Amino acid sequence: MPDGMNIDYDGLIPNNVGLNADARVRKALETWHPGYIDWWKDMGPEGFQDSLVYLRTAIGVDPKGWAKFDYVKMPEYKWGILLAPAVPDRKIPFGKHKGEPVWQEVPGEYRAMLRRLITVQGDTEPASVEQQRHLGTTAPSLYDLRNLFQVNVEEGRHLWSMVYLLHKYFGTEGREEAEELLARRSGHQDTPRMLGAFNEATPDWLSFFMFTFFTDRDGKMQLEALAQSGFDPLSRTCRFMLTEEAHHMFVGDSGVQRVVERTVEAMQQAGITDAHDIAGVRKLGVIDLPTIQKKINLHFSLTLDLFGNEISTNAANAFNAGIKGRYREDKLEDDHQLLEATYPVLRHVGGDFITEDVPALSALNLRLRNDYVQDCNSGITRWNRVIEKAGIDFRLALPHVAFNRHIGEFAAIHTDIAGQIIDDAAWAKLQDHVLPNQGDADYITSLMVAVTEPGAFAGWIAAPRVGIDNKPGDFEYVQVVA
Amino acid sequence: MSAKLIDFRTEPSAYRHWKLEFDGNIAHLIMDVDSTAGLFDGYELKLNSYDLGVDIELNDAVQRLRFEHPEVQAVIFRSGKENVFCAGANIRMLSKASHVHKVNFCKFTNETRLAIEDASAQSGQTYICAIKGTAAGGGYELAVTADYIMLIDDRKSSVSLPELPLLAVLPGTGGLTRVTDKRKVRRDLADVFCTTEEGVRGKRAVQWRLVDEVLPPSAWVEGVSSRARALAEKSDRPRDAKGIALPRLAREITPDTVTYRHVQVVLEPARRRATITIHGPGNPAPDSVEAAQSLGADFWPLAMARDLDDAILHLRLNEPELGLLVFRSIGDVASVLAHDEFLAANANHWLMREITHYLKRTLKRVDVTSRSLITLIEPGSCFAGTLAELAFAADRAVMFAGSAIGDNRPPAAITLGVMNFGPYKMGNGLTRLETRFLGEAASVVRARSLVGTTLDADAAMEAGLVTASYDATDWDDEIRIMLEERASFSPDSLTGLEANLRFAGPETMETRIFGRLTAWQNWIFQRPNAVGVDGALQRYGSGQQPVYDRNRV
Repeated sequence: MPDGMNIDYDGLIPNNVGLNADARVRKALETWHPGYIDWWKDMGPEGFQDSLVYLRTAIGVDPKGWAKFDYVKMPEYKWGILLAPAVPDRKIPFGKHKGEPVWQEVPGEYRAMLRRLITVQGDTEPASVEQQRHLGTTAPSLYDLRNLFQVNVEEGRHLWSMVYLLHKYFGTEGREEAEELLARRSGHQDTPRMLGAFNEATPDWLSFFMFTFFTDRDGKMQLEALAQSGFDPLSRTCRFMLTEEAHHMFVGDSGVQRVVERTVEAMQQAGITDAHDIAGVRKLGVIDLPTIQKKINLHFSLTLDLFGNEISTNAANAFNAGIKGRYREDKLEDDHQLLEATYPVLRHVGGDFITEDVPALSALNLRLRNDYVQDCNSGITRWNRVIEKAGIDFRLALPHVAFNRHIGEFAAIHTDIAGQIIDDAAWAKLQDHVLPNQGDADYITSLMVAVTEPGAFAGWIAAPRVGIDNKPGDFEYVQVVA
Repeated sequence: MSAKLIDFRTEPSAYRHWKLEFDGNIAHLIMDVDSTAGLFDGYELKLNSYDLGVDIELNDAVQRLRFEHPEVQAVIFRSGKENVFCAGANIRMLSKASHVHKVNFCKFTNETRLAIEDASAQSGQTYICAIKGTAAGGGYELAVTADYIMLIDDRKSSVSLPELPLLAVLPGTGGLTRVTDKRKVRRDLADVFCTTEEGVRGKRAVQWRLVDEVLPPSAWVEGVSSRARALAEKSDRPRDAKGIALPRLAREITPDTVTYRHVQVVLEPARRRATITIHGPGNPAPDSVEAAQSLGADFWPLAMARDLDDAILHLRLNEPELGLLVFRSIGDVASVLAHDEFLAANANHWLMREITHYLKRTLKRVDVTSRSLITLIEPGSCFAGTLAELAFAADRAVMFAGSAIGDNRPPAAITLGVMNFGPYKMGNGLTRLETRFLGEAASVVRARSLVGTTLDADAAMEAGLVTASYDATDWDDEIRIMLEERASFSPDSLTGLEANLRFAGPETMETRIFGRLTAWQNWIFQRPNAVGVDGALQRYGSGQQPVYDRNRV
């Protein structure tokens, strides 16, 4: 396989994997391609398929300067197969095969496990495009609209990456799974996406920012763990996807921050210091901080479920097999095999929380989740700095990890956001106060009005400090074709 | 794992793992395992996985549905958990369990699964399995006991038998056998199915005949319930009949005895022996089915069956070192036969039918009990009709000849009855007499001609119904020596010998489960590839792959 830094744009499918010389996979992908385009037209962003969007497209995989920006109609976006450059003499970094040369082909005994991991990862990519397809009509600015579409096309490209792996390494079963990726639909009763959070609605732009901050961050953690894989094509694919994923994190992180900025700015201007004066704040046409907190509670808890059971045999197997590592495995200093190590796990036993040391291999899902929580906290800290600077006595926080959970140790209990266990009746009463309720949804929806004038922003969100590709504030990021 | 007394007696109000809901002639049997309520410490029953305690409740529920709910014509078997149907036997439980416990656990679960099939086949109570979520391993083995299997097609729910790739054991609770013998899955597809950890979902599951029907989520609830209604239509169970209650079985345990109303067990650990004495009916047979029904659980055939059933299970799980079970009986021969004739005469009544099938199942439980079985037919005993089956189930039956001086009990006798010639089929599909006289059709015919005749030792020997007979001079010594010799042999070789000799004749799905599948599974359960410190069962969940001895044996 050529490890070219540059991408072959000559064929139907841009790639840096030598597709021209690989008739079998090229044929599979070319067969899959029309279905993908149909899917994009059916389920991609609604109403903007003919608009010109100022998008970045990968032109190489060199970390420096891999993208170029230009106006593109989304259905004509150059989706393709891009792998990060191969690391010469790379060795399997963890598990029982540690130190052996990485695999360029799938080892038979791990084929099913790998296919499952790739399929689940692949299923999340089109899912979020589907979840976000209606948002274009209520974008708070052309800048945000363009960011949404950038995220969407790149999620589409991530789907291509996973489909490439399925086609190239998993034979007929891989092709069947690739078809299924186009057949499932987010939130559809009969053909839902595989993971819960990817079947939830993304009804408004604050949800979108929260989703990209919290849920795409889970994606980042999973990709980081898969980027460590001893199966080198998966590692290289994920490494390149991570370079794109960074932008998605930025959209979420800065999006929420701009909402917070606008809210505290409006509060300051109106002389409101009590963050809990929800009615007063809402009269200003901005989103009150307690409602932002509720959104955090919702998206954080839904996303924690994506990490699966805290104690997981599958995760242990995948690590030991050298298939899926830990977050930044290469930066960790231990034996990278964990046969003797233990890891503390917060568990719910007999009505109490206890911390139990369990074999570290079994606790890898939790370990990744803990790294994730830490990563989330850095965003919370930044947002709080904005609130603090405005002199408002209110702090955003992540809810307790046991709050509103449906998978894992805490699935069977209810807690408040501080993690106090409460009964069903108390939970029923509490819900509206800690998770977005109908009134909150109605209010946010009332703010969701499209702003299409270049340089203008909806009243509930601040302008960004810098433009995309250093463009000026009034740059027309999307040339809308009605 | 067997220090604690395992009690098979339970009732719905005490269930931790199952719920029964009733909707007219349809019952819902809902599996909702309480992960914290394992029978032993040291494992959690996550994802609707089960241990013996879960199966004890299932056995009770299946039994109660038959006796307490004549109106129930179809049972929808489903999960009470959102994302999983059933993950099968709990692996940590298995990895911690002694070999003895594993084997007895599997045997009991096999019997319970056959009881479910018996209800569908014999009682007009058809089981429909509605799989939503994953049915893996023992989960699919449970599902496949149903007459009709429905699988939701939500793109993730699947059926699988991952025991081999995941745990290096077999789908040993009948799964491997039912896939081919019941579901008629083609053997090569069965091979793929049983080596694919993630299993099969959606339409392919129907194509391979692993399930009968798939439905999308939007059609699921209505589809399952209309299918249940349609299957219920075919039932002959009386919708307007009233069931009988099965009250908690009275039982008293002392260090040396286990005493029930109609069964007494005397434990002799020093002799590795338990003697089970069955008492015949204390009352004459009722004169009408109404009278029998009003006796309910006090009706002798039912009450005796419940006592004997529990006694066998108790001995299996709680007294593993008592390798020799001696059956004796005390009672009135005529009264036993009168009860038999009553059951036969009212065979079409739902309750009499249930009792007869329950007696059949209890006798089959005796057949597959891996203890040496010796029946002693003595003066005053009542081995007639149904109880004579215990002589034919035994590895040897020995009969007292003549009478002892000063003994005023009736002389030892065997009397055959109608129940010896049909209702109590063994797992091989034959009666015990047909199995006994496998190459001697004439002997079966002759036995039938003896129905109702009181046979003394000479006549019973002549008819081939007993192994040996001894008179008062030799009886005590011969019996002592026989029992002592039996108790001295290797328990393993005896188990193997008995399991082979008891089931002469044709193979059925059932004999293949208890013979071929169980024997291979029990072999695998002893092998390091499964149970060694580096074997798959021990390493499961650790993330470490097992290390296999690569020799094919």
